[in-house]
Amino acid sequence: MNFVIPDFYPAAAEIFVAVMALIIMMATTFARRIARGLAYYLTQTTLVVAALITIGTMDGQVTLTFSNMFISDLMGDFLKVMIYFTVAIALLYGRGYLADRNIDRPEYYLLTLLMTLGMMVMVTSNHMLSLYIGLEMMSLSLYGMVAFDRESARSTEAAMKYFVLGALASGLLLYGMSMVYGATGSLEFSGIAQSIYHQAANKTVLLFGVVFLVAGIAFKLGVVPFHMWVPDVYQGAPTAVTLMISSAPKLAAFAMTMRLLVYGLFELAEQWQSMLMFLAVLSIILGNFAAIAQSSIKRMLAYSGISHMGFVLLGLLSGVVEGDRHFALNAYSSAMFYAVSYVIMSLASFGMVILLSRAGFEAENIDDFKGLNKRSSWFAAMMMIVMFSMAGIPFFIGFFAKLSVLQAVVAAGYVWLAVLAVVMSVIGAYYYLRVVKVMYFDEPTDSAPIRAPAEVRVMLSANGLAIAVLGLLPQGLMSVCAYALLASL
Amino acid sequence: MDFKTFVFYILAAIMVFAALRVITARNPVQAALFLVLAFFTAGGIWLLLAAEFLAIVLVMVYVGAVMVLFLFVVMMLDINLDRLRQGFWSYLPVGALIGVLLVVEMALVLGGRYFGLEAMPEPPAAQAGYSNTRELGRLLYTDYVYPFELASLLLLVAMIVAVTLTLRKRKGVRYLNPSEQISIKRGDRVELISMPAEKE
Repeated sequence: MNFVIPDFYPAAAEIFVAVMALIIMMATTFARRIARGLAYYLTQTTLVVAALITIGTMDGQVTLTFSNMFISDLMGDFLKVMIYFTVAIALLYGRGYLADRNIDRPEYYLLTLLMTLGMMVMVTSNHMLSLYIGLEMMSLSLYGMVAFDRESARSTEAAMKYFVLGALASGLLLYGMSMVYGATGSLEFSGIAQSIYHQAANKTVLLFGVVFLVAGIAFKLGVVPFHMWVPDVYQGAPTAVTLMISSAPKLAAFAMTMRLLVYGLFELAEQWQSMLMFLAVLSIILGNFAAIAQSSIKRMLAYSGISHMGFVLLGLLSGVVEGDRHFALNAYSSAMFYAVSYVIMSLASFGMVILLSRAGFEAENIDDFKGLNKRSSWFAAMMMIVMFSMAGIPFFIGFFAKLSVLQAVVAAGYVWLAVLAVVMSVIGAYYYLRVVKVMYFDEPTDSAPIRAPAEVRVMLSANGLAIAVLGLLPQGLMSVCAYALLASL
Repeated sequence: MDFKTFVFYILAAIMVFAALRVITARNPVQAALFLVLAFFTAGGIWLLLAAEFLAIVLVMVYVGAVMVLFLFVVMMLDINLDRLRQGFWSYLPVGALIGVLLVVEMALVLGGRYFGLEAMPEPPAAQAGYSNTRELGRLLYTDYVYPFELASLLLLVAMIVAVTLTLRKRKGVRYLNPSEQISIKRGDRVELISMPAEKE
């Protein structure tokens, strides 16, 4: 028996977060009186320190450890740092909301941290098993967080739907994984890729497995026809949790797609690309049309999220054209850029919904934004930036995200797809602009002043301005995405 | 057909029957018991594949713990079966169509062509003294230590969620704290007042 102790250094951030989660659990158990504040500040500190560790251990090289189950590369490091910041900002926005409803129990922050750990494991996995366990850790924490408001029947129902459908999706994913394992004899992504490359694997069985894998991925991304949970969960969950679901997990789901499909099954790109195309077209059409009919802003943002995920898929599906792989890097980096910019926009949009809510009042409907300009012209302007950016109006970050994805699609030769996406974005602009119209041209029905702690105001303003500034100077973030992928692929 | 194949077919037939009865049985307790049967036969099939440890764990954990818990829940909860069956007939055509389609498609791929003995030859039999449990333990604590540790954290998540969703302090419950009861002293309950004797 020869076993070498694995190299822990590349996984330093994961180990740190795991240990901190345990420490916070014990600390909040014994210090009940200050538990809420303690859990919050310790969680934020953990996220910041984890970001420092990840940046500190980043060396731009691909390192494998833990019997090749863990991969440390630049794409993973970049996405991990984005995840820490997204989770930290989401916690900052949501704290007051949770406190108003008396659900800011220390367990919430503990679950957030364990969810972050799950996402980190997903992002750095090089093996089906670690990927799946990371996914379950993330999902299980999220189910619990959705149900966190025990008094609310709607949250409980949303959590139940999320849980049952999520379990079904996990089943599909596992079934697909077992088929791929059966065909290739490997659970490791590089091993799978090699087995397919040497044509040792049975292609029919492999494709059969890929169908299930894509179905599982589609559920986690929330794209049509696996989107049914998205509007109900977004609406039913406490807004702070909706903010959490709609942000960082999208990055983790993107990473999961990259690891499974691009790292493991790149040889089958032509096959899964056509599956993704089907999902993307349906998501962009249904997401934009269904969003028009919504009166609830949370549901509207849910459907808009579905169409945004369709755009991410557009980037992923234009990597390989008739065996030519020259476009791959460009296409995948455009998809990553889109996912990152969507997360920044999503944070700001749900942050605004939280800002308008207060104790005893839930801002849920688009009507609650009526006359926001008269109540606070600064935050009305911030919301306008977010809506313009989501609609893809130049010169905000959302515009460049759409542009780079569409460039990749056109380069891959799917001009009809690009035209369809543009037409659908124009239709989608209607419901984004409706929010702007309601804010600026309608009389306020609610005249309560907007109250929020200073740090939330500052962060929300910074978030809105980031969308505008990154829109003016998108090159930096774009090249970071391209560089991270170049060093990893 | 050798004896092993014969046993396999018997176990497989029982398992398919039990699995079908799980979803068709009208009584939820019966359905749960059929699930126990399905797990049991699955354990038998694993034994045939020489995976003794997994077979025993399946029976012990699933049959012994999970299903017993499940039966308790089914018996404790007052489930209204008529409400569960509502809309069954209206969903049946679509559900049946998709189900049949899936089964046919899966049968096309999963038939003997790709998964027969020619495609996947039987591995050589293990030597005498080979311990399945020992090998599993070795792998779990060496090559698979990363997912193993993560799985423990996953269970922690499940525990935290379960406790936080169900534990609540009720108000107005007449509850006596046993430790306070035990540690009570005579002086806390009986007060001796010395008063001078009085004559009537």
